[in-house]
Amino acid sequence: MDIIVCVKHVPETAEAELKIDATGKGIEKAGLVFDINEWDDYALEEAVRMKEKFGGTVTAITVGPEDSESTLRKCLARGADKAIRLTDPKFASSDAYATAKILHSVIKNLHFDLILTGAQAGDDGSAVVGPVLAELLGIPHATMVKKIEFTNGKAIVNRELEGGLEERLEVKLPALFTVQTGINEPRYVSIMGIRKAMQKEVKVMGLADIGLSENDVGEAGSWLRIEKLYVPPVEKQTEFLKGSPDEIATKIVEILKSRGLI
Amino acid sequence: MAEIFVLAEHRQGQLRDITFEMLTKARELAEKANAEPAAVILGKNVKDYAKNLADYAKKVLLVEDEKLENFNSEAYQKVLSHLIKDYKPLLTIIGHTSYGVELAPRLAAALNIPLATDCIDLAFEGEAFTITRQMYSGKVNVKAALRKSESYMVTVRQAAFQAQKPPTPLNGQIVEVPSPLTEEIVTKRFLEYVLPPPGGVDITAAEVLVGIGRGIKDQSNIPMVEELAKTLGGVLACSRPIVDKGWLPSDRQVGTSGKTVKPKLYIALGISGAFQHVLGMKNSDLIIAVNKDPKAPIFSFSDYGVVEDLFKVVPVLKNKISDLKAQKGIA
Ligand SMILES: Cc1cc2nc3c(=O)[nH]c(=O)nc-3n(C[C@H](O)[C@H](O)[C@H](O)COP(=O)(O)OP(=O)(O)OC[C@H]3O[C@@H](n4cnc5c(N)ncnc54)[C@H](O)[C@@H]3O)c2cc1C
Repeated sequence: MDIIVCVKHVPETAEAELKIDATGKGIEKAGLVFDINEWDDYALEEAVRMKEKFGGTVTAITVGPEDSESTLRKCLARGADKAIRLTDPKFASSDAYATAKILHSVIKNLHFDLILTGAQAGDDGSAVVGPVLAELLGIPHATMVKKIEFTNGKAIVNRELEGGLEERLEVKLPALFTVQTGINEPRYVSIMGIRKAMQKEVKVMGLADIGLSENDVGEAGSWLRIEKLYVPPVEKQTEFLKGSPDEIATKIVEILKSRGLI
Repeated sequence: MAEIFVLAEHRQGQLRDITFEMLTKARELAEKANAEPAAVILGKNVKDYAKNLADYAKKVLLVEDEKLENFNSEAYQKVLSHLIKDYKPLLTIIGHTSYGVELAPRLAAALNIPLATDCIDLAFEGEAFTITRQMYSGKVNVKAALRKSESYMVTVRQAAFQAQKPPTPLNGQIVEVPSPLTEEIVTKRFLEYVLPPPGGVDITAAEVLVGIGRGIKDQSNIPMVEELAKTLGGVLACSRPIVDKGWLPSDRQVGTSGKTVKPKLYIALGISGAFQHVLGMKNSDLIIAVNKDPKAPIFSFSDYGVVEDLFKVVPVLKNKISDLKAQKGIA
């Protein structure tokens, strides 16, 4: 089975302090740690497990500047066979739609039985690239997938709905699935894997190589144009409890007592 | 007059809340944009829903078909493409739910209609249609304009808009549209619903919940917080990554894909406050959050906030509560 996994190199922002940059349309990237998008990590693991079970190849592909190479290296170290990085100054300001078009222009020329992506990217949370790519390729898709099985040349997948409910779908192959977290337990990278990955080639392609025009990509080829970023207004004014851990604990106890909770 | 379409969402015999949230926003937008709100309902035997929706919209487009009994994005895409080409709505609003995420991006690409997903606000401003959404798990808001078009599409976040009944029912006209589905959908078929495994602990019944997130770092730290929960006479709940890692069973998960809880006290420890989590707990009576990041979004939903390492606060807090209980002779 030949599987393509689309991955994105994203900043880890859960614990980081974010600053809006001078343009007002992005965040300052300096000082942030980047890694493979959490959802893509599960997608890659799922692909590598399938390869181990059924044979075939795994190709990791990303749209991103040079520093996103480290995410592709990680994919190679974890079991991907090939890696492709699509990059061009003209790709800047591409939204999810333009990104899907860029991916499509290359993937349409590759052989695949299955395409996996993350259910969303942790930075913009759009959840758009996967299904748009499936539409451009004319193959069926399913999003937020938590289980994938195969019978008689078809896939049976569990999709996550709300409140813990799931649905089972039968999908014809080739297909594209966007993977939800928790579908598996991504493995750690072995030293052997890292060494092997260093020897593998990352293919780099730009606008001229993929047969799209300037108008298909970047802001011109996008649905969305960012006007400004700002810090969200607070919904509820928190009262911050300050002091040493001991003083804080005392304050919490007082609050709980006054509310009859202890 | 151009329509603003709202795709009614229903499952297992019920119209889902987001439908009414979207209709409320559609009414407000329609007034400004000189358009009219139209509900679109697809399904099998859903005439009763159409009657209900008519109170909220000027028009209800009803498409009934055996093949629409259960949600299938391919069937929905065919029907909606047909309706959108026919009516050319100014805007189509779909929920950013498990159904909307499956349907909207592909539908928009097929029709070449600009789409913005997971929006928390929408506005027609002069010539432009702008939206507000979030990035970086709620740490930043973004205002963006959609590419100029005759028709737009958005998916909107659950609970972003408050559902309100119109002062007087709109008495919308119900238009029965013949189903354009001629053949079975064979590329993707719905098989069945899979219910969550029966749970041991019902966190929705607990009066006190101690919720833990990725800040707990390691499974070996769970007994420490379990102690705190017990001392408070409560139970442990958690964010999604804790379940994904297998550290707690799925019946402990709070949020859109877990449980919605409303305890007397919710203590959030090392939880950042992604909206999928917050929607499940923000109506708790009292919320206390401990997070070492002063900018964590959880603080904008909390009554009390503590910017500190949870590992420094939790043991002291637990001891103080135990001591107090011992004094009172109830330990
Ligand atoms: C379709 C979909 C459905 C989802 N459903 C749910 C759901 O039902 N429930 C849910 O919870 N999530 C859900 N999510 C995931 C959600 O988007 C977030 O990824 C998740 O809630 C983050 O969990 P967290 O806050 O524990 O982790 P993180 O976002 O990683 O946050 C960890 C926090 O811990 C803090 N921290 C770290 N160390 C310490 C310390 N020593 N002391 C104090 N604080 C510390 C950090 O500052 C940070 O704020 C869903 C996502 C999708 C796409």
